[in-house]
Amino acid sequence: MKQLDTELSKQFTLSDYVEQRPELAFVTVEKQQLVPLLTYLRDTKKYTHLVTLTAVDWLEVNQFQLTYLLHNYETHTDIGIRVKLDRDNPVMETIHHLWEQARVYQRELHEMFGIDFPGSPGVEEPMILEGWQGPPVMRRDFDTAKYSLETYDHRKRDTREPEIYMKEKLYPED
Amino acid sequence: MTDIDKIHDSLEAKPEPADTETNNNTEREWRKDEKTLTNSELSLEEQDWFCDARPQPVKPAWGPIEKFYNWARSHSLWILAFGTGCGAIELRPLVTARYDISRLGMQPRPTPRQASVFMIGGYVSIKTLKRIVRSYEQMQGPKFVVAVCSCAINGGMYWDSYNTIKRIDHYIPVDVYVTGCMPRPEAVIAGFTKLKELIMAGKAEGQNLYAEKFDWYKANQKQVIKDWNMPDYNW
Repeated sequence: MKQLDTELSKQFTLSDYVEQRPELAFVTVEKQQLVPLLTYLRDTKKYTHLVTLTAVDWLEVNQFQLTYLLHNYETHTDIGIRVKLDRDNPVMETIHHLWEQARVYQRELHEMFGIDFPGSPGVEEPMILEGWQGPPVMRRDFDTAKYSLETYDHRKRDTREPEIYMKEKLYPED
Repeated sequence: MTDIDKIHDSLEAKPEPADTETNNNTEREWRKDEKTLTNSELSLEEQDWFCDARPQPVKPAWGPIEKFYNWARSHSLWILAFGTGCGAIELRPLVTARYDISRLGMQPRPTPRQASVFMIGGYVSIKTLKRIVRSYEQMQGPKFVVAVCSCAINGGMYWDSYNTIKRIDHYIPVDVYVTGCMPRPEAVIAGFTKLKELIMAGKAEGQNLYAEKFDWYKANQKQVIKDWNMPDYNW
């Protein structure tokens, strides 16, 4: 995998190479070079399978990190391509022309993280949250407990401290 | 472009008559009767497709006849096989050989029209609630609701979730609760036995409660279902 990284580094601006296992490595690439890199990996390096496309919310550094995981069926190796996005303006190029199924991931990321993929088919449609009007739910600054308490009717719960409750029950005279 | 698209385009291109506003208002006026529903979330065309009658409470029959009815009802409870939440997994062992609810006169039915018991099996997300309301209203009376699992009763482990409701009894009436996470099939059978006792005693009146407090239930449902795109009462 290190060999592939050095080979790719000649053409693309790569950084933060991490080899997790002999057959799995991650590498970070510039936002503009992502689509050329994915095209190169798919067409030349036989990384033909898009395993997943997912996002991580790095709230502290105000960034979203997208991870495109690719699989090679000949060498049985995986390579993960990471891209850092600005959290205030999360817009990324769509890759549904490379892998048609990517539009499902992109639709999900649009709904859950609010990351926009202009041109991806149906990206604006709700996937799971029908009629959702709140903020994107998987962002870390969205407080679900607070939202739940404000929005829904809660049944009152009786809670007891086990130690005190058992003391009262077993030794009522104390 | 297909023929249907052409028709749609021609409909859209057609200029609307100037007095549409007054027409709408007069059309609405006779609908503002207390006995009818407005279906106001639907478009004017769709409003005509759906019934606008409210559910009506059913009065019990003459004493002994009603007792006979209740006996018959309690001995042929048909369950709506609509798995809502993880508690639906308990329905499978219930109908198979070990617990075999056929001996209690119960069986799952594939459509709400044929069912009389709606088992809410666990957490209810907003998306599911929409289908639950629709299915419940489509069930023919007499109909009963059994809320299984703690999530349906007080939110359970989903108490802080952003997209699940915390108590089902604010949205549809519930006759019997079965607690547990998850309750064993024995507990579910105990719940159904309790439901039978209530029906025999004539106390399982969730359907009438829904008809009497219809506006309250409907307001609660519309408060959480933001994209309400169905008639006010589906049947």
